[in-house]
Amino acid sequence: MTVMSVPILSFLIYFPLLGAVILLFANRRNSLFIKVFTLVISLVELAASIPLFFKFDDAAKTMQFVEKADWFPEWGISYLLGIDGISLLLVLLTTFLTVICVLCSWKAIEERVKEYYITFLFLETAMIGTLCALDLVLFYVFWELMLIPMYLLIGVWGGPRRIYAAIKFFLFTMAGSVLMLVAILTLYFYYYNATGIYTFSVLELYKASIPIVKQYWLFGAFALSFAIKVPMFPVHTWLPDAHTEAPTAGSVILAGVLLKMGTYGFIRFAIPLFPAAAIDAVPLMSVLAVIGIIYGAIVSMMQPDLKRLIAFSSVSHLGYVMLGIFAFNMQGVQGGIYQMLNHGISTGGLFLIVGMIYERRHTRMISDFGGIAKVMPIFAVFFMIITLSSIALPGTNGFVGEFLILLGAFKSNVVYGTLATTGVVLGAVYMLWMFQRVMFGVVTKEENKNLKDLGGREILILVSMVFFIVLMGVYPKMFFKKMDTTVVEYLAFVKSKSAQYRVLEQNTVAPRVAKEEANTNLTR
Amino acid sequence: MDASIIPACEFRWIMPEIMLTGWALLLLIIGGSTKGPVASKSSGVLCVVGSIFSLYFTLNLWGTNLDVFNQLYTIDSYGTFFKALFLCILILVSIVSLRYADREGIGSGEYYALLMFGVLGMMVMTSSHHFITIFIGLEVMSLSIYVLCGLLRGNVTSVEASLKYFLLGAFATAFLLYGMAMIYGSTGILDVVELKKYFLLKQPFSATMFVIGLGFLIVGFGFKIASVPFHMWTPDVYQGAPTSITAYMATGVKAAAFGALIRVFFTAFIPFQFMWSEIIWVLAVFTMCVGNITALVQHDVKRMLAYSSIAHAGYILVAFVTADRALASSMLYYLMAYSFMNIGAFTVVIALEKKGDNNSEIDSFAGLGVRHPFYALCMSIFLLSLAGVPPLAGFMGKFYVFSTAVKAEYYWLAVIGFLNSAVAAYYYLRVMMYMYFKETIGEPGTVDRAPQYGLVMVICIWALLHMGIFPKTFLTIAQKAVGIFS
Repeated sequence: MTVMSVPILSFLIYFPLLGAVILLFANRRNSLFIKVFTLVISLVELAASIPLFFKFDDAAKTMQFVEKADWFPEWGISYLLGIDGISLLLVLLTTFLTVICVLCSWKAIEERVKEYYITFLFLETAMIGTLCALDLVLFYVFWELMLIPMYLLIGVWGGPRRIYAAIKFFLFTMAGSVLMLVAILTLYFYYYNATGIYTFSVLELYKASIPIVKQYWLFGAFALSFAIKVPMFPVHTWLPDAHTEAPTAGSVILAGVLLKMGTYGFIRFAIPLFPAAAIDAVPLMSVLAVIGIIYGAIVSMMQPDLKRLIAFSSVSHLGYVMLGIFAFNMQGVQGGIYQMLNHGISTGGLFLIVGMIYERRHTRMISDFGGIAKVMPIFAVFFMIITLSSIALPGTNGFVGEFLILLGAFKSNVVYGTLATTGVVLGAVYMLWMFQRVMFGVVTKEENKNLKDLGGREILILVSMVFFIVLMGVYPKMFFKKMDTTVVEYLAFVKSKSAQYRVLEQNTVAPRVAKEEANTNLTR
Repeated sequence: MDASIIPACEFRWIMPEIMLTGWALLLLIIGGSTKGPVASKSSGVLCVVGSIFSLYFTLNLWGTNLDVFNQLYTIDSYGTFFKALFLCILILVSIVSLRYADREGIGSGEYYALLMFGVLGMMVMTSSHHFITIFIGLEVMSLSIYVLCGLLRGNVTSVEASLKYFLLGAFATAFLLYGMAMIYGSTGILDVVELKKYFLLKQPFSATMFVIGLGFLIVGFGFKIASVPFHMWTPDVYQGAPTSITAYMATGVKAAAFGALIRVFFTAFIPFQFMWSEIIWVLAVFTMCVGNITALVQHDVKRMLAYSSIAHAGYILVAFVTADRALASSMLYYLMAYSFMNIGAFTVVIALEKKGDNNSEIDSFAGLGVRHPFYALCMSIFLLSLAGVPPLAGFMGKFYVFSTAVKAEYYWLAVIGFLNSAVAAYYYLRVMMYMYFKETIGEPGTVDRAPQYGLVMVICIWALLHMGIFPKTFLTIAQKAVGIFS
């Protein structure tokens, strides 16, 4: 474990917060200053996060950029930060998408501009904190902290049913996470009883060996909490509402980063802490993931509302990620992680596209459009590229992720693989059908005839998204080499640990059976 | 030592109490001889000054452990902790009252004198392990508060609150006294520490009369901490009483009752944990569930906070069930956090009220985020802390309390507790939703932007943030305070 001299992760976490605090004292009438200031803060944040990518040691097997300080040593709560190949990419995704979100809110948000940007910066702090925290208490603090700004973003700046959506979002996530807290505490005291050390550090707790029955319970609590966040079928129902009602930037950040917290939670916490239970849960999780893939695709086919359609497509895409993660082989896990990034880019891009057309037409109903391609040719090009990336056309980023996931799924179980492949077909159906209805044909609505094409700011946003779509599709190695070592280590750890449990289990079960037999013999 | 002689030097150990009594008597004289707003202001200021003096003397006692007055009174860290907490509550409530009591026309000398007598009762109650002293403290506290509740003489609900609290309170006191009598009847001992020694010798001890006495004690204390099913008075009394007094009751009385309850049970009745912990388990679950579920449907913020205070008593009982004496500090920490967040929340309610009118309908919070961003922000912090959102003190408190339950392997209790706090988030967030998401409804009431309220809110926010982010200092204090049980 290398301890860095410059606390770069802490800087990344608290810099947006500092910006938010300064913004608190800004004059609310000067909205241009507020916007420019937020943009500068987020750009500096992005610039500060890029060195992480280059300084990151691809071959190192441990956490990097580690920062450790005592917070409450008697209880074993510490301020422990660090990233590996998985969280590195997600941190970069977060800082990148935040800049995009600030840009795309430029004109969309006109009310309470100051509060909006303060909330956004606060959210960025919480997200990066969640990704970097390696202490369970610290993680939980940031995890819960993410809820408040998102709740406000949906509830204050959202659509007509925003209050319902905001409260539903908050309650679903909160209900899940309180159960996780019980599990965290149980694990903590279990570890103390076993070793005599009070610690919340994940790296320490990985070493715990927990009885299998207890593991099932703990894994269940963690998994429920993360599954709500992902969201997996059948606890996905908050997502369409939250996405539909959130402002564009809220949807982008929700799809791009917040959902990834669920899948990230599985990789970082639920699976390595309770490997045996996780491996036993493979059939359940895979079946739910496959249901999510197919169900999300079918439901999104039938949606009349563009945002709702994309929201359900998220359920389908995140189903792939979960399937990949629970394939427990190199291809599946790497594909799952890659798909997490892809989904952030391509679904985030789709939400941006919908936001742009919504700003012009103030409607999101597919039936209100038609023939837009003729009116807005530049828009049509970007929309097409992002749609194809979402369908996973070869050459785009989506293909790499989905291909690897399916490869991994086939390797571990042919049935799941086959079923999941149908999702690819369905995905093409609903996306292309949607694209056709919105963009092609004749312009039927009078209002659509004079729509203005994209402006410079919008083109800039979309170009940067398309850049990553192509880069990640054509040269994935750049990203894979960052996570190769981490994933290899992760899989090796999970496998060896669960094998160890198997041995333990047999050793404890076998003598007991023998003993019982002996007892029965005696009684005879 | 001859029991009839009280050495004069022992009086120095009870300087805080003497200080408070003297000051309260002085306030009574002033109140009797002067009238008008100047008298009201000056008594308020005097009350704050007196409590600060008393707090100073209390803090000097930290670390002292001894029995005085023939074991009738005890000076120990545990008692000192509670005394300091009560005095902090008193100071905050009196600062709020400087403005509030003036506005409502109740701020005469006796108002502040009664506040001080109430705190005197609480201090006596938590710093003795003799049943009789505990009972006297309880009565001094209760009698002051019966009067304080009814001070809004023109207001029917206030008078009703006072009468209701008096009648039910008298009942509960009778139960408590009867319980003490029965325990005395079966053991011949009134001192908790002596009882502990007695039980150690006489294990296993069981007498029907003793068991009934134990049950009566739970009933009596259960009433004061407002646990279900002895909570019926709470909503009406909290709603009817002057709001400053509601804040005072919801924090001070609850803390005092818990202080005495924990002292009595954790000192003497630990060997009988198998008897009472199951009862308290059920009480805790009901208290949390009933408090939270009823709070869900309230339209009045003051009443909602009353039900939420019931729920919070339930959270504290979760830690009480475990009878883990070393971790009793979790309850102390929770009480401390709870006091600050509740006083803060009630201060915002006070600022929104109009004279003689309980303007605490949730509608009056609509659009507050636009009209008065500072008040809305403060209220949000208090509500989020009550909901247990990190990094505020409410979260650390819940975390600590429920970790006590998990440690003692009461998993289901912890799960129920956490699920309850998820339910509670709904109604706290509902107020936030009104403040930020809704437009102002009707003619917006004026918000009293007095500096007194601002001061109290800032103090409370500072305390909540400090306790939440750097809990160590406060936890160490709480742990030292419960050191007397080990």
